[in-house]
Amino acid sequence: MRRRALRTEPLIFERNPHRAGRRGYNLPPMDVPEVDPSAVLPAALIREPDPHMPDVSEMEVIQHFHRLSQLNYAVDEGLYPLGSCTMKYNPRLNEEVARLSGFSAIHPLQPVKQIQGALRVMWELGEALKSITGMAGVTLQPAAGAHGELTGILMIRKALAARGENREVVLVPDSAHGTNPATASFAGFRSVEIPSGEHGTVDLGALDGLMDEQVAAVMLTVPNTLGVFEHRIVEIAELVHGRGGLIYLDGANLNSFAGRASPGLMGADAMHINLHKTFSTPHGGGGPGAGPVVVSEALVPYLPTPRVVRRDDRFELVWQDPDSIGPLRGFFGNFLILVRALAYIRSLGADGLREMSEVAVLYANLVRHRLKGTYHLKYDTPSLHEVVFDDSIQARHEVHNTDIAKRLLDYGFHPPTMSFPLIVHGALMIEPTESVAPDEVEAFCDAMIAIAREAETEPELVRSAPHETPVRRVDEVRAARNLKVRWTPEE
Amino acid sequence: MHPWIGAGHDDRRNILEELGLSSIDDLFASVPPQVRVAGLDLPGSSDEESVRRSFAEMASTNTTMNSLPSFLGAGVYRHVRPSVVDAVLSRAEFFTSYTPYQPEISQGTLQAIFEFQTLISRLAGMEVANASLYDGATALVEAVLFSHRTLRGKRNRVVVAETVHPLYRSVLATYVEATGIEVNVLAPGPDGRIDPAAARAALRDDSCCLAIQSPNFLGILEDLPGLAEAAREGGALACEVVAEAVSLGILAGGGSLGFDVVCGEAQSFGVAPGCGGPHLGFFACPEKHVRQMPGRLVGQTVDEDGQRAFCLTLSTREQHIRRAKATSNICTNQGLMALAATVWLELVGSTGLREMATSCLARSEELKRRITALAGPWRLAYPSSPTFNEFLLVGPGPSSELVDQLSAEGVLAGVPTAAWGGSWPDGILVAVTERTSASDIDAFVGALGRVG
Repeated sequence: MRRRALRTEPLIFERNPHRAGRRGYNLPPMDVPEVDPSAVLPAALIREPDPHMPDVSEMEVIQHFHRLSQLNYAVDEGLYPLGSCTMKYNPRLNEEVARLSGFSAIHPLQPVKQIQGALRVMWELGEALKSITGMAGVTLQPAAGAHGELTGILMIRKALAARGENREVVLVPDSAHGTNPATASFAGFRSVEIPSGEHGTVDLGALDGLMDEQVAAVMLTVPNTLGVFEHRIVEIAELVHGRGGLIYLDGANLNSFAGRASPGLMGADAMHINLHKTFSTPHGGGGPGAGPVVVSEALVPYLPTPRVVRRDDRFELVWQDPDSIGPLRGFFGNFLILVRALAYIRSLGADGLREMSEVAVLYANLVRHRLKGTYHLKYDTPSLHEVVFDDSIQARHEVHNTDIAKRLLDYGFHPPTMSFPLIVHGALMIEPTESVAPDEVEAFCDAMIAIAREAETEPELVRSAPHETPVRRVDEVRAARNLKVRWTPEE
Repeated sequence: MHPWIGAGHDDRRNILEELGLSSIDDLFASVPPQVRVAGLDLPGSSDEESVRRSFAEMASTNTTMNSLPSFLGAGVYRHVRPSVVDAVLSRAEFFTSYTPYQPEISQGTLQAIFEFQTLISRLAGMEVANASLYDGATALVEAVLFSHRTLRGKRNRVVVAETVHPLYRSVLATYVEATGIEVNVLAPGPDGRIDPAAARAALRDDSCCLAIQSPNFLGILEDLPGLAEAAREGGALACEVVAEAVSLGILAGGGSLGFDVVCGEAQSFGVAPGCGGPHLGFFACPEKHVRQMPGRLVGQTVDEDGQRAFCLTLSTREQHIRRAKATSNICTNQGLMALAATVWLELVGSTGLREMATSCLARSEELKRRITALAGPWRLAYPSSPTFNEFLLVGPGPSSELVDQLSAEGVLAGVPTAAWGGSWPDGILVAVTERTSASDIDAFVGALGRVG
């Protein structure tokens, strides 16, 4: 429910149309002789003035973004149960420590003796992630989950090349997140789907048939996108390793088993960890995230450069290593995100991290219990931190998952994930996370039940939702057909 | 009970009871016993005050760019960061929200990205810009892969100027190893610039891309019109990489000079140096190639009532729809950093950005003049080449030792180039911004006098 009538805000380019000489910021004073650019730079390279760039006052900018902010939903507003996104609370302490000038105002290419504290943060975070996952090596460099996937798959490619093997295929379950097959092809592999069995887990027989000498790796999400643990993971890893392949784990769902199970024991060779999911760093409206990758002994030599190493009480950087796959981005990673994640791990500690996954799983099972019957559960297999319903009961009244999602907005909740898993038609993938109070989870369940009732009694009300949001249902088809991706002065 | 976990002991017991379970362990029955662990080998939980203190201690051991006159650059710059930027970024409505897949409750983020795309495309001299990429290095990679796709994968070679940031080139090497794309590196002439005739000669029938950084790694402005022409004649796309985005305050974006892609790093627009991240990659191209563009894109449309609204668009290019055939595997990008740049650009304004760039230029020219006037072993590596706010300084010894000595003299002198290789002399990359005061310049020149 919106708190006020504010519904639109003009574009900044529509403000101060006459460019009345307003200023938003004063620069430090010129205390050196002025230079005319055309006197020292080639004339052909100098910019023509652009009369359409903004010139507004400071408070106009503050008001502009304050008003825009009021058009957004946020984790702080209510339950944000996007499945596989782990939209947990973003602790304010982490925001505070990441803004310390000793972290934010240092340069990645300063002499290492001037940034020992920063290198310590990275080294300690790396050690903690190795410990949590039971793996031998780590890189903190990847900027996001998909970037971590690419890093892991490129390491696998290099390890196989070192064995003199040129395998061309990566196997990905049909329940996987879209980045998995995209990563495989981005890394030069052909991605082939493994069908799911009747319980939503990998069909071992199908895997057996697909797993030949062309297969470099199998990418698995544990638990998978249905929230179901691959209960035969050890057999899968043995089968894959026995035929010369490697196991890539998508760690998007680590929040469900940290402190309960170990990827090292599952036979993983590489696994990325979304710090912006399990380790509470903010999603930021679409990033920045961080996707560190932990690896088995077999892949340690291929970890990206630069690497932070500890020598006694000092930390150093290794920039060159012929075995390494090389750097995947500039510098060491999204460092200020790494600071936040370490603050989270230190705060929760061993006991808190285990409680974290316990309550995350408990809440998901509460949702499952309360909504089962009202919404259809295609896979009745026990699930961990998330549960995937579908809209087949409501579809009888021509109400689909998108409609349910939009109606949830009117009830003041963010909708669940709907775009995958592809194996569930009309999916509603719900992940409450552990940080909210149970009252919030219960209120969400009540809203879902109320919407299911509306779908029977007043289906049009649901189909025409949302009714209470700053804008009504947005015409996404028109956006793609009449493409307009920037403001132009002709308007 | 940890404060970041929402359920108390009684809550947990009540829920377990409702579920008909006797213990939490029952919830994990599907986890096979062989992979279970009894707990984590980490220290126990900590209270807020203890964590705050331990981080303050770690932070205090670093030497910040604010504590001494700083001339560090090489792709990461210390520009003004108005307090307004962090105030906006600290709003939970922006920093705690997810990617705006639900446009009805994400218009704030979507409109901010639309404004970001507009600002970047205007600065780049291009028609369209995306919602961000990870950083400048991966933006170069995406530009190369974009060129390869746009020319339908028939041309498998790229020509990259050696004066593109060496770290960007290393990242490109990592990515292309698996793709069959071959990278040729083109050395600069004796003036530290890429000769368009040499670029034309390096481009063969199978080249898809000519990648140029300007101002280049050595701080020198490249002959962009000549290089765009060379690429056009060679049948390749011309890609400009910008590592110091403030230069666009006085320098024309490559789009208005014949380039097909303008991409790079926009950390200078209000993003903290942050020991290397998070920073802000950007990517702009002509509208005719928009379907080959990587990353997210926000478009304008209307809602049911005909009111203007924004949403993510052309997602058929992206991994969550296209899966293995996506233009890139990028998903999470640098959204909040794009917001920082939007706030920063709108606050500084068109006039402010031009003044800032002019100020950087004036301070850099002043420092170059003072060094040239200094009797001693220090010299500019390329004294007659045009620079914006950075230049290569050669001194009496190996650059990394000189940087250490200058640091002992109280200045963070810049980035030594020795470790990066290159056909240029070993030296120190010295960067100047509008925050470099006349007294910082005095301090630098004084330190050179004592070390030389």
